[in-house]
Amino acid sequence: MRLNKIFKNTLLVLAACLVLSACATKKEVATDIQGQMQGDVYTGTDTVEYLADGVPDRVFFATNESILTTASRETLRAQAGWLRKNPNINVVLEGHADERGTREYNLALGERRANAAKDYLMTYGISSDRITVLSYGKERPVDSGSNPLAWSKNRRSVTVKAN
Amino acid sequence: MTKKILILLFILIPINANALIEVDITRGNLNPLPLAVSPLSIDEESRKGFEKILKKENIGSEISNIVENNLRTSGLFNPLDKKAFLQAADIANLKPRFEDWNLIKAQALITGKVNYVDDKLRVEFRLWDVLAAKEMMALAFTTVPNNWRRVGHIISDKVYERLTGEKGYFDTRIIYVSEEGPKTQRIKKLAIMDQDGANNKFLTLGNELVLTPRFNPASQMVTYLSYFKNMPRVYLLDIETGTQEVVGDFPGMTFAPRFSPDGKKIIMSFAKDGKSDIYTMDLENRIVEKITNHPSIDTSPSYSPDGKYITFNSDRSGYQQIYVMKNDGSNVKRISFGNGLYGTPVWSPRGDLIAFTKLHKGKFYIGVMRTDGSGERLLTENYYQEAPSWSPNGRVLIFYRETKTNSKGEGFSAKLWSIDLTGYNERQIKTRTDASDPSWSSLLSN
Repeated sequence: MRLNKIFKNTLLVLAACLVLSACATKKEVATDIQGQMQGDVYTGTDTVEYLADGVPDRVFFATNESILTTASRETLRAQAGWLRKNPNINVVLEGHADERGTREYNLALGERRANAAKDYLMTYGISSDRITVLSYGKERPVDSGSNPLAWSKNRRSVTVKAN
Repeated sequence: MTKKILILLFILIPINANALIEVDITRGNLNPLPLAVSPLSIDEESRKGFEKILKKENIGSEISNIVENNLRTSGLFNPLDKKAFLQAADIANLKPRFEDWNLIKAQALITGKVNYVDDKLRVEFRLWDVLAAKEMMALAFTTVPNNWRRVGHIISDKVYERLTGEKGYFDTRIIYVSEEGPKTQRIKKLAIMDQDGANNKFLTLGNELVLTPRFNPASQMVTYLSYFKNMPRVYLLDIETGTQEVVGDFPGMTFAPRFSPDGKKIIMSFAKDGKSDIYTMDLENRIVEKITNHPSIDTSPSYSPDGKYITFNSDRSGYQQIYVMKNDGSNVKRISFGNGLYGTPVWSPRGDLIAFTKLHKGKFYIGVMRTDGSGERLLTENYYQEAPSWSPNGRVLIFYRETKTNSKGEGFSAKLWSIDLTGYNERQIKTRTDASDPSWSSLLSN
């Protein structure tokens, strides 16, 4: 219900902007007033779990993209710090896509997203031996909704302890 | 799993009748041909014999029901109500009173007879042109009684072929993924059924995620993606013996498998370091070849029926588009240039068209284009649908659709649908569970 409201609000803002046609950039337009989405990247915390205090387990992506946002890089740096402190822990990076794509392409996209996270962890000194990449494509959404907010939560790479 | 095909075909009367009734299947058929499927007649002794073995009260009627249903779902024929038939089945098979059939507006008539002979099922049938008052075809089959449904499908194929001039697609099977459970945690199993939904069987138990099964066009083998031990890999499954094996030895995810038209190779994608490239593996000598080499996502490969070309989708231009290349990976050409994203290209078994999924302005379309990308035609639009697979005669596409959920995330379902190449005759294919990723087999008998 709440999500639906937020979604409606977003649409209203969007509609208003379109009517006025005075909005500077697309990014600004799409900034959700509740702060749940930036562009179409999820910035909320509803679905986020924590590997340790201050170490979120997941990062989010824009539609069809695998570029890490500033917030994602911050999350991954925290993960890298946590992994350095816990050298015996290995992780699986699970890459996911939203439901608005073909199944096979989404499998590849999930793999690409998880690898973007993996590459970033490696630049912060985490050995590739400790990281396994696993793509689920669109097979394992966290939010079963059919709306932009639900899709933004589902476009993600989740770092999961492997041992 | 399948019974050895014991169908002995012998032609009773060779016929070279010219220019009788014909059905044009190249255009949307808004006026399906009215035809009468008279129940196959059966003598009391044979009826009882089959009732004992098959637990069906009247196998003659059962077989004719299969024929009737197949012809109706093709959209090309309009089987008339049996209650209107004026002539008894046994007499009609000897010599139809054409004026009676004409009276109920039947243009074609199918009659036949079933016998129980030496523990076997013997079926003969005839196709008549009512207006010309002529026999068009007469055939007889002998097989094991358990094959009775297939006899119905083979009769349907023969009638379809005689009236349209093209091979039928009724004696075929569909392999698909059966789905159950909540959207966030779907349980998926490989399942197989006859083209009309009968004889449904599960091939895996649902312990691991399975996706995208595809038939070998030349045998009863299937290739699919399984998450066995959380390692997504392409597998090969023999549906007669149940034996399975991983295809190749790749250090990462392999996916999007399909067979080459001769059934001797598997073509698929291998994802590594954020790139997906297309590979083939020869099933005899196990030699693996890399076909594409590009930092983009190259996936959903499909061979042309002569095996000389491959179509696939790639985001090398920035987003998903359809490409065609030679089978060695040379001469890569983009063929999709319309608005939107294009995926899942599949080459028609006739060679002339490529079917695809298109995503444009939040809608999903199933469409076809010529192999050079010209003549794009969108057949159907929906909230979500993808992954077309061709009937073996290249006239019908089967695909799956998913529904939009409500604001609470409820109301999700996935179903199989089919549509004619003409864009007409869209139908849901009933499955016991939710279903996705259908793949159509070749004709089981030829």
